[in-house]
Amino acid sequence: MNPLLAIGRDPLDLQGIAASLDASDADSGRDGAVVSFLGLVRNHNLGRSVRYLEYEAYEPLALKAFERILREITERWPGARLALHHRIGRLDIGEASVAIVVRSPHRGDAYAACRYAIERIKQIVPIWKREFFEGGDVWIEGATADPDDERARAEAERIACV
Amino acid sequence: MRVTVRLFARLRDIAGASELTREAVAGATIGDVWRQLATDFPELTRYERSISSAVNADYARMDHLIADGDEVAFLPPVSGG
Repeated sequence: MNPLLAIGRDPLDLQGIAASLDASDADSGRDGAVVSFLGLVRNHNLGRSVRYLEYEAYEPLALKAFERILREITERWPGARLALHHRIGRLDIGEASVAIVVRSPHRGDAYAACRYAIERIKQIVPIWKREFFEGGDVWIEGATADPDDERARAEAERIACV
Repeated sequence: MRVTVRLFARLRDIAGASELTREAVAGATIGDVWRQLATDFPELTRYERSISSAVNADYARMDHLIADGDEVAFLPPVSGG
């Protein structure tokens, strides 16, 4: 069985992750919805032709950040359950970099919590992508990670609940 | 005392190493380690306002006091997903 929160180099197995989340709770029968998200490597970014990406993580801190996202989701959407896997290493166009699965009794919470998870990943998880494009390469730099930044957290929640 | 410094992504490229050892005096903070590093690698200076930092794989502020043997990490803006 997959751990529910993980970072690894192997291709992401969405079905396996979803099955693990199902099996992780004896009372999965109460769930009325499963929402999943796969983030893919696309072949273009900011006008550049992307060849492939390389991801790296500060793994022990990234896993703690995953646990924090899980806690935030459980507080905000009681009854929602989360599985979250991120891939690192070289990823080619079309491959999945991140897989998120949320189960909950009702679909609204599952959709919102799934969206919240990806927004929070982009804010607070120490993972970086290096883009190799036609003509060069560049580290992509997004948000300054600050898990205690309540404004950022509230913004993720706002996006999730639109 | 002595600490291990971990650098990631572009910061690692600038320093040319993912892991460094640095001496620090008693009472030193994460910020002191950063400023020493930025003296050694001036190109790091432009990250002064955008990095995050961690001690022993927990997020910590720049005024956090470090201890002998700590692992201090500097993280450029993240881009997972």
